[in-house]
Amino acid sequence: MDDLLRLADTDFSSRLILGTGGATSLLALERAIVASGAQLVTVALRRVDVTTPSLMEVLERCGVRLLPNTAGCYTAADAVRTARLGREAFGTDWVKLEVIGDERTLLPDAVELIKAAAQLVADGFVVLPYTTDDPVLARRLADLGCAAVMPAGAPIGSGLGITNPHHLELLREAVTCPVILDAGIGTASDAALAMELGCDAVLLASAVTRAQDPTAMAAAMRHAVIAGRLAARAGRIPRLTHAQASTPGHPTW
Amino acid sequence: MNIVILNDTPREVVPDQTVAELLSELVLPARGIAVAVNGEVVRRGDWPTHHLRDGDRVEVLSAAQGG
Repeated sequence: MDDLLRLADTDFSSRLILGTGGATSLLALERAIVASGAQLVTVALRRVDVTTPSLMEVLERCGVRLLPNTAGCYTAADAVRTARLGREAFGTDWVKLEVIGDERTLLPDAVELIKAAAQLVADGFVVLPYTTDDPVLARRLADLGCAAVMPAGAPIGSGLGITNPHHLELLREAVTCPVILDAGIGTASDAALAMELGCDAVLLASAVTRAQDPTAMAAAMRHAVIAGRLAARAGRIPRLTHAQASTPGHPTW
Repeated sequence: MNIVILNDTPREVVPDQTVAELLSELVLPARGIAVAVNGEVVRRGDWPTHHLRDGDRVEVLSAAQGG
């Protein structure tokens, strides 16, 4: 029973995408990636620091596909430039587009995000934009030709989970492209909930890399995403206000 | 000699030095490198033919944790 995640022209058997921020060491990161089963891992681009060991080597060892991101960009121009640098560095047209609006919330700047997405789609990129849980903005991004939309469940690194599940459901209904919950996940049940609400995948970093035991949490996330996906497809029972006996009648003897 | 600003640090280069020649002088990860000169991306295929000028701002970037 294949239930693959299709992004652009590529199929993934894992619906968990891992960020690399927050890991205390490359060894911890490598173990977490392996335990998570993730096949797609997002990386930032920074000025070379030859004093630190190579992240690239670790990621190549893990055999994961790289998803360059534009983390730390505050304007469309900066994000587009960073995306182009990422394409050069990693030889991929894929980009996790982040255009941050303010430092305190790290939430996206919708105006700059739309501008950057339009330009990158026109440039031939496979654009995966980090967005808010606003269904209208998500539809605009999808209409521009983004390969998926990636709404935040809560601010990056907050671990608050999905603060507005209803919005996420509305967003899910608003677009036909894949929806990837990106940011806010705190623990495994948050990831399962995202999938139960109809998301196609979950992208997380801090919940794993900053957990007391990142490897164990990575395994928990792997299972949570699978469980949530299965539950979403299985169809939950309706919520009732009163009990409904699972065994009708009463015993007679 | 010319001076370029490499990742915010002045560095001497020979006149007409190319991006590829500059990179070959640096200790860099084997893969995952991107270069911008004066804010413009220099594509990998142009590294051997892109000559640096005195005062150019060169950024050399590589994969980092984040996002």
